[in-house]
This record gives sequence, C-alpha cells and structure tokens, in this order.
Amino acid sequence: MVEEVKLFRTWSSPYALRVVWALQLKGIQYESVLEDVSEKSDLVRRYNPVYKKVPVLLHNGRPISESLIILEYIDETWKQHPLLPRDPYARTMARFWAKFGDDKVMQSIWTAFLSEGKEQEAALAEASEHLQKLEEVLRGKKFFGGDNIGYLDIALGWLANLIRVFEEICSLKVVDYERFPLLCAWLKEFSYAPVIKDCWPPHDKLIPKFIALRQLHHAKLSST
Amino acid sequence: MAKGGEVKLIGGWPSPFVMRPRIALNLKGLEYEFLEEKFGAKSELLLRSNPVHKKIPVLLHADRPVCESLVIVQYIDEAWPSSGPSILPSDPYDRATARFWAAYIDEKWFPSMSGIARAQGEEAKKAAIDLVVEGLSLLEDAFGKISKGKPFFGGDTIGFLDIALGCFLGWVRVTERTQGLKLLDQAKVPGLAKWAERFCADSAVKGVMPETEKLAEFAKLIMAKFGAPPPQ
Repeated sequence: MVEEVKLFRTWSSPYALRVVWALQLKGIQYESVLEDVSEKSDLVRRYNPVYKKVPVLLHNGRPISESLIILEYIDETWKQHPLLPRDPYARTMARFWAKFGDDKVMQSIWTAFLSEGKEQEAALAEASEHLQKLEEVLRGKKFFGGDNIGYLDIALGWLANLIRVFEEICSLKVVDYERFPLLCAWLKEFSYAPVIKDCWPPHDKLIPKFIALRQLHHAKLSST
Repeated sequence: MAKGGEVKLIGGWPSPFVMRPRIALNLKGLEYEFLEEKFGAKSELLLRSNPVHKKIPVLLHADRPVCESLVIVQYIDEAWPSSGPSILPSDPYDRATARFWAAYIDEKWFPSMSGIARAQGEEAKKAAIDLVVEGLSLLEDAFGKISKGKPFFGGDTIGFLDIALGCFLGWVRVTERTQGLKLLDQAKVPGLAKWAERFCADSAVKGVMPETEKLAEFAKLIMAKFGAPPPQ
C-alpha cells in the first residue's frame, strides 16, 4: 500500500525538527510542505483548526498535531527503530522529562534569551537549575535513550541547536563544560549523529532570524 | 491485582488532577494506599518523591515515583495491561486524538475555567465565561466525533479523555453555582451534559468525585485565606 505522509512545517521550528528526525530515523518517505512563519495556509487551518499551527503530520489524509503527540504516533505506527523504551517505567520517565523540557527548560531559556539585565540573570539562574536536572538524567548514558537516540533525545534535541544560537547572539555561556560536562558531551554527540546532522536549519539563517525576534520583543516592550 | 503496599498515591481530595490516577486505578481494579496531603503543607514524602515539581499527584509503585497526572494515567495503563479495560484506545490515530484533546484541556480549557474566578469586573468576567463556553463547544464537537454514539469518549467504558475532562466536573459545578451560570447546558452542549451525568455515576468515579457542597466550602476557604482560587 502506498502511504501518503506529509509534514507541514516551517524551516526553523524546533518542534518540526522533532518530527523530521523521527521520520528520517525510521526511514519513512514523506513530503515536506514549508509554511510561512507568520501566515499559515488554508490547509494548516483546516488540519489544525484548534491551534492553526505547525507542525502537522498528515498520514493518509488524517492530521496529527502537537510535536510530542506526533512522535508517539510515529513510534506506534512504524515499529522500526523504536523511539520510546519498552519498559513502562522507562517510557514514563521519558515522557516526564520531555514535558519538563518543554514546560521548564524551553521557557526559562527563551525568557533568558529575550530579556536583559536582572531579568535575564534570574532567567539564567532558573535555566541552570533545570539543566542540572537533565545533567543528572544523563548520568551513565551516551544519549538520553541509552546507547541509541530515542524519544527524549529528539524531544530535547532543540537544545543542541538553539542554545548555541542564543549563546552566540547574547554572548553568553548557558551550557558550560564546568557545570554540565555530560550535557556538553551529549550536545556534541547528538548534533553530529547520522540523520540528525543532516536536518539542522542553516546556522547563518538562524542567527539573523533570532536577532530580529529579540529586537522585535524589545521594540514591543518599549512601545507599551 | 496489585498487592497491598505496592501502590501508593500521594494526593488531596479536592484536586481534580489527583482524581485522574484514582479513577484509572479504580478502572483497573487495583488496590492502593491513599496518602492524603494536608492543604498548605507539603509532606517530606511528597518533596522526596517529586523534587522537580513538588506537586500532587504522585504515584509510588514499589517505591518508584511517577509524577504528572496524565503521565501517571498512561503509566497505570501500560504497567497493568491485562487488568481491567484499556484506558487509552488501541489505534494509534485514536490515541493521538485522545492525547491532543487531553493536552488542550490542560493547556487551554482548564486555565480558562480558572480565569472566571480570577476575572475582575463585569467585562472581564463575561470575556472569561465566553472563553470557557467556546472551549466547551469545541469539546462537544470532539465528543460527537470521538464517541461515535457510544456513552464515553473511550467508547463503552471510561477512557483517557473521559478521565482528562471528567475530573473537572466537580469544579465546573462549583463555578456554575458561585457564578450563577449554566456551563453544561443541555441546549448548548447536549452530548457533554449527558456524558457528565454518566461519568459521575460510574462506579470508578463515584467514590472519588467530591460532593459539590464540600468543594464549594473548600473553594470559599481558599478564597478567604489566599484571596485567589485554588492553584492548578
């Protein structure tokens, strides 16, 4: 049976990257449909009427949205190269830390990136606390998934990319070797792993994009 | 069947999030010890078992902690696959749909509910109520599509999405009473209104759904003490 797999995404979204990695790791043929960051197409509005956002995976005409939900769908539908562990407790911990990554780590790092001065200091302190927990999860492992890349590596993968982008733009060090030796090692291993390394959005496009986002945020603040 | 002492749940009777794993454990016919937290003070066990968020519920299975209510419900489903009915659907697309709406409920709909009590002034209150009603209309639509004429989102028996939404019914009733509203209006959301009655009457739910009176009293206490609705 010819399966139709389409991914609606933007070129830079870390959420979309998760889905790209999962599809590539499993060797699934798919078509990528690039969406404009600011203006979503009618198709996206039809397939994701609740949030009108990407990424949206379309499998044989049926849409699935929300990147972590898409990851589980992909893992349950295509059994090769399993992403989640088999053991229920290990699966649970992977889900827990993925949610932690989105709710706490992403939030604090994003705040740190957008802010300045005391607010940035506070956000960075919070981010460090959260990163310390991830450092502990990595103990004794090459990847969060163990010997191989798994669900949690993919869920946290944006870290490998965006943290370095933010560090460059803000001239900061967020994930330093002294405090986070395991995370630093993981960032390198993950970034250069086969399949993973082929999917990164171009660094020279990401820098101006995030500089512009930061400037826009500051402009909005000073006009209120 | 889980042996006595093997499964513990740290929680509090008013919390809808704590209700979720309790319903799941009941559906699976599993025995567990309920360790009730005192409101306003966190026990040593809670802080040790959930050092990241320091929140209830926490499930302890053979002393290993599981946190975050929907993560716990999925764990219960996967750790005891042959006990009781499946909580998540078996089809991957149906599972994705159930997870999507559960995430919507937690990230959008329930926060909009809390927004009603927090709203200051007539206009803000009306806007907050409109948001909740809009959400309920989306959920009514989802119920129609997902249940396919059966009594629950999960089909013949209570499932993941029933648990995700149903746990808030006590608080919906408190809000209706204190604000003089009808949220689960038979005229506007007939499917959900009837589903709510069936859910609350189910044997897995009855014993753990707090009475509206008791919840309303508790809400009053919290507002008086903290000047704000109970935390999520």
